[in-house]
Amino acid sequence: MSIDELVEVRRAPAVRHLLSINDLGRDGILEIMRLADAFAEVSERPIPKVPALRGRTVATVFMEPSTRTRLSFETAAKRLSADTMTFTAASSSTVKGESLRDTVETIDAMGIDAMVIRHHSSGAPLRVTDWIGASVINAGDGTHEHPTQALLDSYTILETLRARQGGAEPHDLSGLRIAIVGDIKHSRVARSDVLAFAALGAEVVLVAPPTLMPASIEGWPVQATGDLDAILGELDVIYLLRIQAERLGEVLLPSLDEYHWRYGLTRARAAALKKDALIMHPGPMIRGVEISPDVADLPASLVTRQVRNGVLVRMAVLFHLLGSGEI
Amino acid sequence: MPGSNTTDMAEEIVVRGGTVVDETGERRADVVVRDGRIVAVEESIEVPSGATVLDAGGCFVSPGLVDLHAHLREPGGEIAETVESGSRAGALGGYTALVAMPNTEPSIDSASAARDVLALGEKALAEIAVAGAITIGRRGERLAPMGELADLGVRLFTDDGNGVQNGGLMRRALEYAFGLGVVLAEHCEDKQLAAGGHMNEGAWSSRLGIAGESALAEEMMLARDLALVRLTGAPMHFLHLSTAGSVEMVRAAKAEGLPVTAEVTPHHLALSDAVVQGYDPAFKVKPPLRGPADVASVRSGLALGVIDAIATDHAPHAPERKEEPFDEAPAGMLGLETALAVAHGALCLEPGESAADDAERGWVPPRAGAAVSVGELLGWFSWKPARIAGLDQESNGAMGSRGGQGGPVRPGAKAHLCVFDPSATWVVDPARQASRSRNTPYAGRRLTGKVRHTVFSGEVVVLDGEAQR
Repeated sequence: MSIDELVEVRRAPAVRHLLSINDLGRDGILEIMRLADAFAEVSERPIPKVPALRGRTVATVFMEPSTRTRLSFETAAKRLSADTMTFTAASSSTVKGESLRDTVETIDAMGIDAMVIRHHSSGAPLRVTDWIGASVINAGDGTHEHPTQALLDSYTILETLRARQGGAEPHDLSGLRIAIVGDIKHSRVARSDVLAFAALGAEVVLVAPPTLMPASIEGWPVQATGDLDAILGELDVIYLLRIQAERLGEVLLPSLDEYHWRYGLTRARAAALKKDALIMHPGPMIRGVEISPDVADLPASLVTRQVRNGVLVRMAVLFHLLGSGEI
Repeated sequence: MPGSNTTDMAEEIVVRGGTVVDETGERRADVVVRDGRIVAVEESIEVPSGATVLDAGGCFVSPGLVDLHAHLREPGGEIAETVESGSRAGALGGYTALVAMPNTEPSIDSASAARDVLALGEKALAEIAVAGAITIGRRGERLAPMGELADLGVRLFTDDGNGVQNGGLMRRALEYAFGLGVVLAEHCEDKQLAAGGHMNEGAWSSRLGIAGESALAEEMMLARDLALVRLTGAPMHFLHLSTAGSVEMVRAAKAEGLPVTAEVTPHHLALSDAVVQGYDPAFKVKPPLRGPADVASVRSGLALGVIDAIATDHAPHAPERKEEPFDEAPAGMLGLETALAVAHGALCLEPGESAADDAERGWVPPRAGAAVSVGELLGWFSWKPARIAGLDQESNGAMGSRGGQGGPVRPGAKAHLCVFDPSATWVVDPARQASRSRNTPYAGRRLTGKVRHTVFSGEVVVLDGEAQR
């Protein structure tokens, strides 16, 4: 599909916000995938830019530092010709005690169309939708969700399968067995990935020591295990989460070395994977904890690809929420 | 009618047309009040000329409600509430007595601090009693001067907001309090097990990505305290119990004969943790809202006499504090103006048409066929808590005439009355609450049952749902 055909497929946006993968559902996710394909073509052009969102303004509001995600969103907005503005907690009045409500209302009053929010508190972007008129995009909230990460992960898996199958396009992730390994309990990436992968038909297995599992996974479309070695040979995708050192202080792990011993993707474990299994990580990766240094650079690793695709998927999300169909 | 030929000018109040309900039962009767006391309770009274008539048609006329657990925030938190504004909220909710919690700034951990709050209470729209702190500054380190506070009439002591974490200290506190004839009340929450949780630990906390607080944080401290009661023989009261496990432990303790009482809040009777799904900090409270099975347990705990009283845990917070994200906002919700109606809806009604939808959103519908009488409900709000607080007996001490709360409604008793219309429906409007704060979890909710009039010490403080001062 070319960018010019987007006018044809463009429907009225089903949602004004993207707070959770559940806001999209299966059809919404697939539409984002299709749009990202179109924007992949744009990114190959000498001038990788379209006027789709000319005159629109996208504000990135990062109350928790994440240069990588912020740059990805801002790049996406600029490739769609939107104007961008940036608000980060470190440079702002929040350090002077201004409330989140006052902050976002002030930015909204400047006339914006979308607010991309990263916040250290779960649910903060949802609360913001009560206070401002602009579309709200969740760029990661606390330990709740990070929907654009899950979209780019889904896109990356689909793209890889497609390249392998030489043109026979996989419709979704049906038949794939995907393990998400690590600190599930505190991971917004895991919560969004579970919803996205399952919506696309994958079988998802959560792998973690009991202390890093959520208290309850009742209603989650997943299986769970503490034994990574037992399932390695069945996996099509192994998705590694970052382990944060502060979990040691919370007495959730004896040590990072012990985590690596039990759950780290060592060379031996990598060898037990299927030959074409995909290894993924949302970054930033701590080599020597969740993955051994020599495994991170294996050809199967998609880490770099994920970063590139992040821009495409975020272009798709912005266009999905804000695009009027006029290119 | 006694005194009908009196020549004095005292104004009479006649509460006419209602059903009087108190510990002795229900009967159709009018109630005549003069000089702060009930002077007649008779089936049909000829209204004396010049008397104020309160229409109680279709209503229950009960002793005024007594709240064992109100945070009035004064001193130190006047931006959120004062003794006066809290008492007005209480009066609108049918309360004629409030036990003010000691987690003020400074804490009520000295006789002078208690005296200040009691003095503020002199002008309030309800009787203000205070609970004293168990430990200085509620820090759980050194005992507060409970004897000096007891001599001021303080009957309940608690570090509410904090559980007493140190079991050894709690043992000594119980032994010391037993000697004074006062009751310690525990906010059961083991800080280590609570682990910084902001809502009930379970399916919803896991899905929402909000740190959970296990039911065990409450139950472990309750289990410890019950063992200490067994050891010391000292009576204890347990604040805002919320879990099925707690109800079972208190049931067993009472069966064993331990001298314990317990309360539950209206919100733990009405709401489950599913209401947190919108991340609105109006639903953030300690102990956290639990699962539907826990709600069913605390309801049946009341019906079985395991839980003795319904107490509001009225906890005002300034609006901007409740606009912080869920994990950063303070815990606590308003309760005084809505308590009776909310509990009435949870316990005395049959499930309505919207029950299934409500349940999904965390409003646990009443159980079909399990409705209790309004008379029983009023017992949990009035005469039972009055006895726990020691406010049932009249006293005339350093702080003036006090007590006489919780009925019965009979000639000679102090005129503390609540007139409750069980069929009136109303929508909770935060902007119209008498509290200085707006953090009601029932904003926009239609409730069934409303306090029509409140009479406090013979003064009509609420008339037709409006505060009179």
